[in-house]
Amino acid sequence: MSILDMTACQLAAAIKNKEVTVLEAVKAVLAQIHAKEEIYNCYVTVDEEGALAQAKEIQKKIDAGILTGALAGVPVAIKDNMCTEGILTTCSSKILNNFVPTFSSEAVLNLQKAGAVILGKTNMDEFAMGSTTETSAYGVTRNPWNYEHVPGGSSGGSAAAVAANECFYALGSDTGGSIRQPASFCGVVGLKPTYGRVSRYGLIAYGSSLDQIGPLCKDVADCAAIMEVISTHDKKDSTSVLRQDTDFTSALVEDVKGMRIGIPRDYFGEGLDGQVRDAVLKAAEVLKEKGAIVEEFDLSLVEYAIPAYYTIAAAEASSNLERFDGIKYGYRAEDYEGLHDMYKKTRSQGFGPEVKRRIMLGSFVLSSGYYDAYYLKALRVKALIKKAFDEAFAKYDVILGPVAPTTAPKLGESLSDPIKMYLGDIYTISVNLAGLPGLSMPCGIDSKGLPIGLQLIGDCFNEKKLIQTAYTYEKIRGAFSRKEDR
Amino acid sequence: MAKQYETVIGLEVHVELATKTKIFCGCSTAFGGEPNTHTCPVCTGMPGSLPVLNKQVLEYAVAVGLATNCTITQYCKFDRKNYFYPDNPQNYQISQLYLPICQNGRVEIETENGKKYVGIHEIHMEEDAGKLIHDEWDDCSLVDYNRSGVPLIEIVSEPDMRSAEEVIAYLEKLRMTIQYLGASDCKLQEGSMRADVNLSIREVGAEAFGTRTEMKNLNSFKAIARAIEGERERQIDLLEAGEKVIQETRRWDDNKGESYAMRSKEDAQDYRYFPDPDLVPIMLDDAFLDQIRAKQPEFREEKMLRYKKEFDIPEYDIQIITGSKHMADIFEQTVALGSQPKKVSNWLMVETLRLLKENNMDPEDIRFSPENLAKLISLTDAKAINSSVAKEVFEVMFDQNIDPEKYVEEKGLKTVNDEGALRKTVEEVIANNPQSVEDYRNGKEKAIGFLVGQTMKAMKGKADPGMINKLLKELL
Repeated sequence: MSILDMTACQLAAAIKNKEVTVLEAVKAVLAQIHAKEEIYNCYVTVDEEGALAQAKEIQKKIDAGILTGALAGVPVAIKDNMCTEGILTTCSSKILNNFVPTFSSEAVLNLQKAGAVILGKTNMDEFAMGSTTETSAYGVTRNPWNYEHVPGGSSGGSAAAVAANECFYALGSDTGGSIRQPASFCGVVGLKPTYGRVSRYGLIAYGSSLDQIGPLCKDVADCAAIMEVISTHDKKDSTSVLRQDTDFTSALVEDVKGMRIGIPRDYFGEGLDGQVRDAVLKAAEVLKEKGAIVEEFDLSLVEYAIPAYYTIAAAEASSNLERFDGIKYGYRAEDYEGLHDMYKKTRSQGFGPEVKRRIMLGSFVLSSGYYDAYYLKALRVKALIKKAFDEAFAKYDVILGPVAPTTAPKLGESLSDPIKMYLGDIYTISVNLAGLPGLSMPCGIDSKGLPIGLQLIGDCFNEKKLIQTAYTYEKIRGAFSRKEDR
Repeated sequence: MAKQYETVIGLEVHVELATKTKIFCGCSTAFGGEPNTHTCPVCTGMPGSLPVLNKQVLEYAVAVGLATNCTITQYCKFDRKNYFYPDNPQNYQISQLYLPICQNGRVEIETENGKKYVGIHEIHMEEDAGKLIHDEWDDCSLVDYNRSGVPLIEIVSEPDMRSAEEVIAYLEKLRMTIQYLGASDCKLQEGSMRADVNLSIREVGAEAFGTRTEMKNLNSFKAIARAIEGERERQIDLLEAGEKVIQETRRWDDNKGESYAMRSKEDAQDYRYFPDPDLVPIMLDDAFLDQIRAKQPEFREEKMLRYKKEFDIPEYDIQIITGSKHMADIFEQTVALGSQPKKVSNWLMVETLRLLKENNMDPEDIRFSPENLAKLISLTDAKAINSSVAKEVFEVMFDQNIDPEKYVEEKGLKTVNDEGALRKTVEEVIANNPQSVEDYRNGKEKAIGFLVGQTMKAMKGKADPGMINKLLKELL
C-alpha cells in the first residue's frame, strides 16, 4: 500500500512499526500537494518548511517513546479559520490577508501534543459563510471527484485535501453543515461534535452559539481517534463542557443489534434528489439487516430551521466580525480621510459579497425595533427544534437521513442564487441549532460519478452511538475510494 | 409671580471594581504599566480569543447589590453592546442590558428634611475600554489597552434626587458602602468612580417629567454640584425664553463652569444589544447569595452606633473615623491591642488628619499599622518618650510605618528618667542663664518656660517636661 493511500491510523501504526518515517510521510504528502494543488487549490497556505522541521522533531519523540498515540507523526491540514501560532490565518478573507496569530487554537494544540505534523491551512468559504468554497478570496477549491464541481463548504479545502490525499486528515468547523456537507460532496467522513465537546478557543467565530470544530478523514476509525485527541475541557472557553465519555475508539464495534434508528419523513420530501434518496434509504436497509430497528417518524419544524439559522448565525456574525476594522491587524484601506472613512473603506474592500450580505442581515435582525420580531423569535424556534429532537431521542438512538439534497453542484451554479444555496443546508442546520452531533459518510455514487453522503444524528454527547453505527455500516459497505482524477 | 421649578435628578455611577485581574481574562488591573503591557489576546480582541468571567467580579457586584437592598437576578446574562470605536478592541462592549445582576434596590440618605430613600433601578457588570492617546504632532492616534477589560459596575438610580445636596449625599453613601465592602476604592479624581448626571426640571407640583439631559465628565463632588446648578439654570433659562430642552448628552467643563452638547438623541446609536453567545448564562443559587450575605461587613451606621456604646469618644470623632473603613479598621485594631480608645482617637483626629491634609492624601492611603500605633501609645503611656518626641516619631511612622520601639531605641530618644543627671543639667542651665533666673525671681512666670526649653535642648529633647519643671521650681 502506498503511503498516501493509508488512513491516519494506518500511517501512525506504520510509523510506530518503523515501516515508514514521519519525514517520508511528510515528503510524500508534500509531493502530492505539489502535484495536485494547481488543480484543486485545497490550501491557502502550505507550511512546507515547518512541516519538514516538525517531522524531524516528532520522529525523535516517537523514537524516544515520548509520543505513542494513535495519530503520532501523521500530517494534518487545518481549516484557515483556526489560529495557528506563527502561520498566516486568513479565514479566506482579504481582510485578514496579513494576519499571523500569536497563539494556536486549543484543538490544534491538542493535535500537536498528540504528534500531528501541521501541513498548512485549508481554503474555505470566506469566514465560513457559504456552502461551496467559492466565496474564498483566494480562489475556488475544486472537487477531487470531478474538478468541474464544487467540494462543498465551508470546509471545502479540508474535505478536498482529504479526498485528494493532500493530507491524511483535516480539521474543519461546522456552523450549519460546514463539515458534513463538504465531507458528503468529497466522499470522506466528517463529524460535527456536540456543541461544547471541542474547545472553540482560537476558532475565529462565525456564529458562536453554533460553531464547532470537528474532523474530516478517510474512515470512521480515524474519526474516533481524532475525536479522542481534540475533545478536551478548556477553561478558556466558557461553553466547553467537561466530559468523561471521550473514549470514542471503544465505540468501533461492528454491532447495531437493537439500535433504534429513526428516519424523519420530513427529510425525504420535495427537493431531495432521487439518487440521493435511494442511496440513503439503502444504507438504512443495510443497517436493518444487521439487526437495527429502523422506523420512520415525523420530526416536524424542519421548514423553520433555515430562517431561524440564518437569523441567529447572521446576527452573531455581524457582531463577531466587527473586530475586523483595520485598526489592530489585517487589511487596512490605503486612502481614507478620518476614522469613519477608514472603517468604511477597509470593510468595504476587505469583505466579500456573501460576508457583507450576512453582516447586513445580522445587523438588521438585531436593530432596535426588529430584535423581538426576528432574533428573539429565531431563538424560540431554536428551542422548539431542540425540543422536537429531544422527543425523537426518547425513541431513537440515532436519526438517519441525507446530508444534502443533491450531490456536489458544478462550480458557479450556487452563488447566483443565494436562497437556493441556503436551502441546500436544510438537513444539516437543525443539528447545529439543537447543538447535536452529526456524522457524514459516503453511502454511494450517483450517475455523474459523485459521492452521496449519509448523515447520522445523535443526541447530545452521544457521538459514540454515531461512531458505532457508522463503523458497522462502513464494514458492510466496504472500501470507498475515489478512482483516478477525472 | 415667577414660576417655581423643581430639579429632578437620576445618576449613572460607574465603579471600577478592586479585582486583581480583569473581568474576562487573567491580565492585571494595576495602574501605570507601560502601554499595552497588561494585555493578552482576550482584552485586545484578537480573533479566536474568548472571554471567561472572573468570579470575583460577580461576588463584588452581588455584594454591592445586597448592600443597596437590590433583588439579585439569579439567572443573569451578559449582552454585547455594539459600536465602533478604536478604544473598544472588539467593537462591542460586553455589558448587561436584558438581565442585569441587581435590580430594584434603594439606599437611605440624610437630607436637610430628614431621611430619604433613593431608588436603584439596576446595577450591571461590564468591561472598561482602552485609552486613546492623540498625538497632535504626528497627526495620529495611539491606543493603550491596559484598561480594556477592567471590571466595572454601573449603578443606575431612579430619578429620585431633587438637589445637588441630595446627589452628593447619595454618592457619599454609595462610596462609603462600596469602600466598606472593599469592592472599590471609589476615587472620583482617579476615575475609579464616575458619575453621569441625568437632569430635568419641572414646575413645582407638576407630575410629568421634563426633558432630561445627561451630563458627563464630572470629576469631583464639587464639579458635580456646580454642574447641577449650571444645568438647572440653563434649562430654566430655556423654558423661560419659551424654548425647549433638547434631549442630549452634554459635557461639563469645570474650568469654564459651563457645558456643551456632545450628541443629541437623533444621533443616538443603535447598539444592537444581544446576549453574548461566548458567555454562558449565570445561575446563582441561594447558597451563593447566602455566602456573600454572610460576608457583608458592619456598615458605617451600625459601626457608629456601636462606637457610641463601646467607646467614650466624641460624636465628631466617631463620624470622622467611621468615614473611612480603613481608618475605622486601624482604630478598632489599635484598641484591640490594648490602647485606650480616647488616645487612639486623638492620634487619628489630630496628627493623622493633619498629615493627610499636608500630604494631600485620603484616609484610605494611611500606611502605618495598628501594631505600631499601639506601641507608640504605650511608649507615651509609660513616659518613655515625651509628647514632642512622640509627635516626631509619629511623623516618621506615618511616612514609613516604622516600629516606634526600635526607632526610639536606635535614635536614642528615650526620656532620661535619671533625676541625678537631669538635676545636674538644670543646675547648669540656671548657672548659664542669670537674666532669666532674675526675671523669674522678679515674678515673670513666663521666664521658667525659657529655662525648661533650654534644659530640654541640653537634654536633646529626651526629658520629661514635668520633671524639669518640678526641678527648676525646687532649685530656683
